[in-house]
This record gives sequence, C-alpha cells and structure tokens, in this order.
Amino acid sequence: MYTASDLRKGLKIEIDGVPYVVTEFNFVKPGKGQALYLCKIKNLLTGAVLTRTFRSNDKIDQPRLDHKTLAYSYPDGDRLVFLDENYEQVYMSTDIMGDARHFLSEDISVEVLYHNGRPIEVTLPTFVEKAIVHTEPGARGNTATNVLKSATIEGGYEIQVPLFVNTGDVVKIDTRTGAYADRVSKR
Amino acid sequence: MTLRRLREQTAALEMRARILAAVRGFFSDRGFLEVETPVRIAAPALERYIEAEPSGEAYLRTSPELHMKRLVAAGLERIYQIGPCFRRGERGRAHRPEYTMLEWYRMDADYLDMLVDAKALLARVFEEACGGTTIRYRGREIEIMPVWECRTVAEVFRERAGWNPVAAFDADRFDADLVTKIEPSLSPTRPTVLTDYPVQAAALARRRAEPPHEVAERWELYLGGLELANAFSELTDPAEQRQRFEACAAARAAEGRAVYPMDEAFLAALEAGLPPCGGVALGVDRLVMLATDSDGIEAVRPFDA
Repeated sequence: MYTASDLRKGLKIEIDGVPYVVTEFNFVKPGKGQALYLCKIKNLLTGAVLTRTFRSNDKIDQPRLDHKTLAYSYPDGDRLVFLDENYEQVYMSTDIMGDARHFLSEDISVEVLYHNGRPIEVTLPTFVEKAIVHTEPGARGNTATNVLKSATIEGGYEIQVPLFVNTGDVVKIDTRTGAYADRVSKR
Repeated sequence: MTLRRLREQTAALEMRARILAAVRGFFSDRGFLEVETPVRIAAPALERYIEAEPSGEAYLRTSPELHMKRLVAAGLERIYQIGPCFRRGERGRAHRPEYTMLEWYRMDADYLDMLVDAKALLARVFEEACGGTTIRYRGREIEIMPVWECRTVAEVFRERAGWNPVAAFDADRFDADLVTKIEPSLSPTRPTVLTDYPVQAAALARRRAEPPHEVAERWELYLGGLELANAFSELTDPAEQRQRFEACAAARAAEGRAVYPMDEAFLAALEAGLPPCGGVALGVDRLVMLATDSDGIEAVRPFDA
C-alpha cells in the first residue's frame, strides 16, 4: 500500500485492479484546508490518461509488477516469439508493441513489464540499427538534416530520413519516437 | 546545489531584500513594532490539517500566531514579525516544509480593517521593490491597484460549485471544490479576496458580528493564482477557543494525526482579556515569486532543492 505522500511522477499504482503510472503530480493545499494531490495518471493497459485527486489519508494499491529481459527470436503469425534466460520460448501478441515491433531484429534484448504475470509493455533498446532497403536518391551534395524523405527499412517499415541517406546505408533509429537519429555506415 | 545555480538565484535574493525593506518601512511608518517570538515551541496551534515538525521534545512553529496574540493581550497594540515557519510534508509548486511568513496584528481592528492594511502594504511593496503596481506574472499583467475584487465564499461556491458550504459544511468537498473549481475561476489579472468562510474552516477566527453568524470573519487574498495572505478578526472568547481546540484535537486523534498539547498560556491570555484585534499572515516567498515572475517557490528559496 502507498499513501498519498508517496505519490510522485513516474510512480506506478493500481486502482480497481488496473495498473497506472503517474504522469503529472501537483501538491496543493488551500489555506487551513487539507493537502490534495492532483494527479494525471496513465492506464498502462490502454494508454488512456485521466485526472485523479488524492487526499493525504488515501491508501493506494501497489501493483504487482515484474521485469524480465527477453531476447527476440522470430515472428509467428500474429505472435512474436522470444527466448528467456533459460532459452524457453515466450509468446506475445504483436499488438503489445505497436509500431515498435518493426524495430525488432533477431537476438535483440527487450525489457518486458508484467502485471500479475501478464506482459503489458515491451521496451526496446533506445536505439537500434537498421539497413535501408530502398529510398529515392536525394539531390547530390545535399547534406541538410532538416529536409526528410521516406525510406524503407529491412522488414518493410517506412521511416523518414535526411536526403543524404541512400539505399544500403545503415541508420540508427530512436525506438521511442521512430525517428532517424544518425547514419551508422554508408553503402 | 551548485554554485552556478546559486548565482542564477541571487537576483531573487536581491528582490527579497528590497521587499523586506519595503515591508519594514511600511510597518515602521505606521507605528508597528517588529517582534520576534520563539521558533521552537511546546504547543503548536491545533488546526485540523496543519502538521508540525517535531524538534526534540518540542515542535517547530507552524505560525507565530499564538505568541503574537499573547503580546497583543500584554498591551502591544501593533506588532509584526517576519520569520521562518515549518509545516511537515508540504511540498509543491507553492509549498515548502520551511518557508518565510509575515504576520501582523492590530488591536481594535477587524478583518476588514486588516484588508485596508494589506492593500496599502502591497501597493507600497510593489511600488518600492518593483517600481510600480502593474506587474507581469506568468505572461499576464496584474494590476495590483486599485481594484480588489471581494467575493463571499457562499457566493462563489453557489456560482462555481453549485452548493453553499456555509449552510451545510462538508470539509472534504469544500477543499476539493476550492482547489479544482473556485481557485481556477478567480481573476488572473487583479487581486481577488474571498471572505466570510464557514466557521468550521477558520479555527482561530471570530464568528461574524452581523448576521449570518454561521460565517467566520476571515478572508484570503489571491494574486496571480497564488494564495498570498489569510486574515481573521481574531477569536477572543476563551471558552469558544478552548472548545474549538478540543474539537480539533478529537478530530485529529480520530484521523490518526498527532495531537499537540493545549496551549494553556495562550488560553490564559484570552481569559485575562485579549482585546478585539485583527491579524494577517502573508507568505513572503510567494510575494517574491510574484515580484520575480517565478513559477515555482524553489526559484526564490536558493537552498531548497
């Protein structure tokens, strides 16, 4: 159990069996009145954000959360197959990762968050490297980084890259945003 | 706290010094005596939601109120004090567990007289410390003079929250609505004063002399969204004060909060006769926040992380 005074940005709590993370936190106290904690909390299952006010005497449930590091293996229909530290196969629905699934590659390590034993969030390394399998050639000599064009990475997913990136280059991608970060090697 | 961050905050300290000089000039010109009362005390005022920080066998004061009223009872007609106060667990954009309070008391004055004092004080402080009474705070201009909008608590609650806390008080609902419905609706560009609180929300204030008697003579001043000052016509009736302290002690005990010893010396001063008087408590750090256009209190208290 937490009490309201434990609340802070980033704390994971549970309300009616649903895990939430505190995304905004404000302590307010009207003169002579009681302390109130105005929070925005994000549902870890659906991503929905709601506003919630706690009083200092409120008891707040602590979610049972576990982390596990898994290695990605291969896709299997609408599931993804991972290996745990004992090389046991672990299956997860592709939906859980959203677009981030396109940044997976064999043997990449992911952090999986479990709530009551059920996987609810898969976090990739912040940066991954991917080869560009196709992009239209950019104007020769253009090294600008603020103008972007489409490029297809291995696996068929499309990202935006600067004009100087060519087919066959390997680029670094920020998995939190899906944005191009850097060119790692030229063809 | 790095030296670099401290250097960024020296301007706030300079502003604080200018403000305090203006405050002292104001009170000195009006014949108020600057006093000091103990910071470490045996019996913090019993208020339902104010937590005192223990200090050995004693406590750090949550306000200098009870000692200052004893000085008024002892015959000092006009007094003020600037100093640190402590409230356990209060940490937010405008709260720190240690902060600086200005309090002043005036004999033969009521809460409306104190409002006249407060207005004259702020006019002078902003004139002297900021060069004028129009300030820019969080992207908006605030006209500190001449109009202060006064609204009764009953009126704003009926209008914004759809109920009247004076007729039927509900502490939980009162605080939640005050913070989420009333305060956000107050003018961001001119000072607003909420007056005439339910008696239950004013542990140390006198009941209104004129009807309706269910309200206490208390006001709160808001400036730029910040609650800046609180004032009472002080409760001087020893029997009613003791009964309110006892009710508060019982409520605190029921909620599992610490129950502080009764301040018998203060009650004895009321028995001996505290003349009618008014008092104001004003948050100095918030005043500096307004004068320096600072969003958070940490910007004006350099060693508070």
